[in-house]
Amino acid sequence: MSEFLQFLFSGLTVGAVYAMVALGFTIIYNASEVINFAQGEFVMIGGMSSVFLLSAGVPLPLAMLAAVVIAVGIGLALHALAIEPARGASVVTLIIITIGASILLRGLAQVVFDRQFHSLPAFSGDVPITIAGAALLPQTLWVLGGALVIVLALGWFFTRTLTGKAVMATAHNRLAAQLVGVNVRFVLMLSFGLSAGIGAIAGVLVTPITLTSYDVGTMLALKGFAAAILGGLGSAAGAVLGGLLVGIAEAMGAGYVSSEYKDAIAFVIILLVLFFLPRGLLGGKAAERV
Amino acid sequence: MDKMRFKPMLCSRLTLACAALATAIAAGGGAADAQEPIRIGSFLSVTGPASFLGDPEQKTLEMYVEELNAAGGVIGRPLELIVYDDGGDANAARTFATRLIDDDEVDLIIGGSTTGATMAVVPLAEEAEIPFISLAGAVVIIDPVKAWVFKTPHTDRMACEKIFEDMVANGISTIAMIAGTGGFGTSMREQCLDAADAYEITIVADETYGPRDSDMTPQLTNIRNTEGVEAVLNAGFGQGPAIVTRNFAQLGIDVPLYQSHGVASASYIELAGDAAEGVRLPASALLVAEDLPEDDPQREVVVSYKQAFEERWDQPVSTFGGHAYDALFIAVDAIERAGTTDPAAVRDAIEQTSGFMGTAGEVNFSPDDHLGLDLTAFRMLEIRDGTWTIVE
Repeated sequence: MSEFLQFLFSGLTVGAVYAMVALGFTIIYNASEVINFAQGEFVMIGGMSSVFLLSAGVPLPLAMLAAVVIAVGIGLALHALAIEPARGASVVTLIIITIGASILLRGLAQVVFDRQFHSLPAFSGDVPITIAGAALLPQTLWVLGGALVIVLALGWFFTRTLTGKAVMATAHNRLAAQLVGVNVRFVLMLSFGLSAGIGAIAGVLVTPITLTSYDVGTMLALKGFAAAILGGLGSAAGAVLGGLLVGIAEAMGAGYVSSEYKDAIAFVIILLVLFFLPRGLLGGKAAERV
Repeated sequence: MDKMRFKPMLCSRLTLACAALATAIAAGGGAADAQEPIRIGSFLSVTGPASFLGDPEQKTLEMYVEELNAAGGVIGRPLELIVYDDGGDANAARTFATRLIDDDEVDLIIGGSTTGATMAVVPLAEEAEIPFISLAGAVVIIDPVKAWVFKTPHTDRMACEKIFEDMVANGISTIAMIAGTGGFGTSMREQCLDAADAYEITIVADETYGPRDSDMTPQLTNIRNTEGVEAVLNAGFGQGPAIVTRNFAQLGIDVPLYQSHGVASASYIELAGDAAEGVRLPASALLVAEDLPEDDPQREVVVSYKQAFEERWDQPVSTFGGHAYDALFIAVDAIERAGTTDPAAVRDAIEQTSGFMGTAGEVNFSPDDHLGLDLTAFRMLEIRDGTWTIVE
């Protein structure tokens, strides 16, 4: 039992990160149908910026806040400099642009930061909490709590504010939203800023556990993508559910089956979902366009 | 992608040409006496994923070639260093090695940061009959022995043997292994599994993790739940072992943790933090240069290399740069003894190297040993109070 619990904790920690990456995918996908493959780089920027600000003498809370602000700035710049000029291009073209942006951001990170791995001090110490024989790091609670707060805040934003409703309207029907006066271009910009911010928060929260370096984003983006597909692209609740499930599946697989195939699990999930459940667990029903 | 990596280091050629000219003039001989330089060709992973190997190697070669030239060169001839950056790509390494042999007509090759790059070039060096000293780790480079190929770093098998020796000395006979699935971890895992029998060590758990994994608690939980484990050995490299160390502490596993020489850098202690206390690992003497006893035969060479490197480049010394130092001075020593750069004579002289004290230990090459190091080259270290302590 204690081993099951230990695998579960491991899965939840990693899964919460995948969930936050998947949320970032979801927001941009909803606003533009684009899969932003630079999403993992936002996580990296969040982690690396706070590491370097901290070592420059900035206090930790301020460094983390600044890191998120920097990431949001880069997200907005990505939209203004790469996505906006190409508006009207096909979705595939825009996706290719985001892949290019992710390569560029990784390259810049190598120059601006360095190629080493870095860590941040855990927010509330390294002494593990023992629950029924399984050890849980306090930082894991921060990660899970952070993910929960983000989900609740997004839920409030999308259902209770006018701007949030405008984003949702754009997600449902871009043309109709435009016709009733929603500034679709602003919505897209907002979604880039928002998902960059969420990615950076994830990066700041997990760096004390998982460490960070200029190239952590690639794998996170792939796993987050698997999570978003599993949950159903476009569904925020699905993204969170998918992220946690992918994380738990990986941990259980590594623990009970073989750690050799850990990374394969996420990709097997993508394949299975695409074969048998193309809309994902919580994805909406497809309306055939006639 | 490949094209981007084609980055010949002309700068080093130019500065060296200048240095060579300056030496010739300083010698008072003028242009007529200017000697044909000794050409040392090199291909290193200066950029890319293996840049932590290639970068200090290049800096070391550059620094000492300059120093040798300032002191009048070798056998009265200046050295010319030609470095190409293979970016960690074996294909690029092969292309550059061909260029070194055919176009640059080098007298010998020092290089190959990674085992992959080295093995791609071995057939070329063998065919062209040019001495080649590799800076890469794996045992396949010199086993079986190839006439023209030598190497300076320890092998992973030696690391396993050193660790097992320490375990036996501490009465440990039943262990668990956890290894990264990257090249380094895979190779060392195989070597350890193979070497364990000779030390009567039983490996009761054998787990792995991916090079980019960020959580190894499931694997370590399985190890914790395995009966009779007296110690855990982690073969891995990069950030993985730091996470293993943290998870190990998190799960409160109370047996000794052994790491490999792959983590022998200050960044490992920094990343693993308090969890690294008590971790043991085999490492090169370079890591504890200043702590070596005064009468240690290796002390002089490692301390002077460490100080020179850190002063010149303002970055911590690494064992990888040390491999390049060893290769360069084995070559210089051999050329001096041969008195010529004739490839066959230099090869024979390299093979006759004995009692050469390098950063990796005492080198004694022979016709059937092109590595020339024994287990004394490794020091067993323990991390105490956030720093390395020699425990022998």
